[in-house]
Amino acid sequence: MHIPDGYLGPATCGVFYALMLPIWGFASNTVKKTLKARQVPLLAIGAAFSFVIMMLNVPIPGGTTGHAVGAVLVAILLGPWAACIAVTVALVVQALLFGDGGITAIGANCFNMAFIEVFAGYYLYRVISGSSPITSNRRVIAAGIAGYVALNIAAFTTAVMFGVQPLLHTTPQGQALYCPYGLNVAIPAMVGEHMLIFGWVEAVVTALVVKYLQKQDPSLLAAGEGVAA
Amino acid sequence: MKTTVKLWFGLVILILLSPLGLFLPEYFKAGDAWGEWGSDSLKELVGYVPQGLDKLSSLWSAPIPDYAFKGWEEKGLAHLSIAYIASAVLGIAVVAIVVLFLGTLVVKSRESRYEKSK
Repeated sequence: MHIPDGYLGPATCGVFYALMLPIWGFASNTVKKTLKARQVPLLAIGAAFSFVIMMLNVPIPGGTTGHAVGAVLVAILLGPWAACIAVTVALVVQALLFGDGGITAIGANCFNMAFIEVFAGYYLYRVISGSSPITSNRRVIAAGIAGYVALNIAAFTTAVMFGVQPLLHTTPQGQALYCPYGLNVAIPAMVGEHMLIFGWVEAVVTALVVKYLQKQDPSLLAAGEGVAA
Repeated sequence: MKTTVKLWFGLVILILLSPLGLFLPEYFKAGDAWGEWGSDSLKELVGYVPQGLDKLSSLWSAPIPDYAFKGWEEKGLAHLSIAYIASAVLGIAVVAIVVLFLGTLVVKSRESRYEKSK
């Protein structure tokens, strides 16, 4: 899901940088107001977790590879705005140091994984959890569903970014300038593979960690509740 | 033991498991992630390398591209795994230091403002 340099045209890259700037601004303001000193280590762990879980490539036999993002788990623990910052830091380090995701596409990649996935996952988790107790099984299931659905929504927005490129940029000879695949190929491919395999990885990881924290330290799960804004 | 300490241990386990992200795709003969092909693979897939893509794709040369040390690409999975684990350690260290630094800065500046306003 890390769009490399060259797959998106300058217009698309610019639009998503422009969209992310106010989101990053609002996220830092919210975090400035709400982050508690004891949450700082957890935020670092969340960002580190997202970084390393994205390295665990999972194969579709004979096909492509993909991975979980961990964004929904971080959002459940720290609220969506802090999670947006945490996943952004992970994505920027991946792009700059390891060339995983393009630097022109940092805005777009953050939009998909640090904004869309984070917020979709957070609110799905909240809605499905309802007023159930922090240690209820309903919350474990909510975390799993939120992880699965939110990663697929992010896969969809990523696919749309890829898929509009041939519409925006084509040479007079009919060759694509950037991503050569249109929406009719990109959406089924990206969403299909995430529905088939990668979404389940996100679901299982998110649900298992929530289950573990329910036993280990339920107060951590309660902390992410009040910072939605 | 504090929960955060246990979670750090969990991260260490994930770092050690990270080469699975190399071995599993190799074992199941899975290729690149969709939309993350290099120029060579693209040429095979669509018959040409899109001009704009060609220009932009070399814009940034990362110091540790694809979590592999330069020159080690052909050395096999064992070497790649070592580079992968080293990359995970380095990446996590950078990510954690950035977040701890920014987080501490934010909390401190708010506390000092609160002190002044008292």
